[in-house]
Amino acid sequence: MELKQESLAGTLESSDLFIRISPSDEPLEVVINSEVGHQFGDQIRAAVVETLEMLKVTKGIVIVEDKGALDCTIRARVHAAAMRAAGVTEVDWEALS
Amino acid sequence: MTLRRSMLFVPGSSAAMLSTAFIFKPDSVMFDLEDAVSLREKDAARLLVYRTLKMPLYDGIERVVRINPLSSPFGHDDLQAAVRGGADVIRLPKTNTADEVHELEAAVAEVERDCGREVGSTRLMAAIESASGVVNATSIATASPRIVGIALAGFDYVMDMQTTRGDGTELFYARCAVLHAARAAEIDAFDVVFPDLNDEEGFMKEVELIKRLGFNGKSLINPRQIELLHNAYAPTQEDVDYARRVVAAAEQAEADGLGVISLNGKMVDAPVVENAKRVLNRAAASGLRK
Repeated sequence: MELKQESLAGTLESSDLFIRISPSDEPLEVVINSEVGHQFGDQIRAAVVETLEMLKVTKGIVIVEDKGALDCTIRARVHAAAMRAAGVTEVDWEALS
Repeated sequence: MTLRRSMLFVPGSSAAMLSTAFIFKPDSVMFDLEDAVSLREKDAARLLVYRTLKMPLYDGIERVVRINPLSSPFGHDDLQAAVRGGADVIRLPKTNTADEVHELEAAVAEVERDCGREVGSTRLMAAIESASGVVNATSIATASPRIVGIALAGFDYVMDMQTTRGDGTELFYARCAVLHAARAAEIDAFDVVFPDLNDEEGFMKEVELIKRLGFNGKSLINPRQIELLHNAYAPTQEDVDYARRVVAAAEQAEADGLGVISLNGKMVDAPVVENAKRVLNRAAASGLRK
């Protein structure tokens, strides 16, 4: 999936996260700001990276403002932001399953 | 006994509510992809609901997903998320005819086959939201063996009837029609949302009415209403004591080879015995009224 434009997903509400994803010619750069980063930073980063790998996103800048989101929320928000950035409207359900 | 007293609406776009609504212990939770989600958040909400369904957060709670109408640009994508996510029930909004149920049934079966889910394992629920839907309630309720319930949705219905929500008079015919359709089809019936979150007295008055009419439960938008609703539906100790005496009398009559059941000198009809058994089953499932 090729990122074509800057896109956003999520909110800054508790239990959610806000993600900004932008195209870049450089390898993927992921910045995570989280209230629980000292405890769950590695898991949050893993969820973000795994979701982008599943979507075959290899280049771009990703900035995450986490407000204590569950793993399912992180993956859903990253997925939505990447699809918006790539201009893709159809979910590849087979890949997701 | 499957209790469907409370169906809590949870907006599919709200990560906070999707992550926490299970703590309120409704009988059913309804992840809403339709009216509660703005057009620009439909894509994200669909993914959020899919991912939430995949997590074991709602064990023991029936998970219903309200999709957009299949005639909208979103309905079929919603169905992919809901069926592949493992939703127990798909709720179809604005159901006017049995054909819409048939269309949904076919679409669900196709997704089940595509994702390897057992065909027939996804159940359906139809929401009646118009005069046409009320008139066709019986054919809708009997349209598919997958249907477990029909729900009356008040806001759209009263608009279609060119009236507004009031003391319940405006809903009387629709409630009775939907309820009769459900009973004829041997499925569950759900009453409308009570809109005034601060009017506890009004809510309880409405709960007493719909319980007396025979509804299985209500759609809810406020978690605070769950405990009130469950308690109102729970049998009292007095109900249970009487039901036990009725069942004991029926068992004694059978043991004695008597065709007529008698309790305290009065004849007890078979429907009374059936109702007593239902009360005991409900008490076992829900506990007693506090």
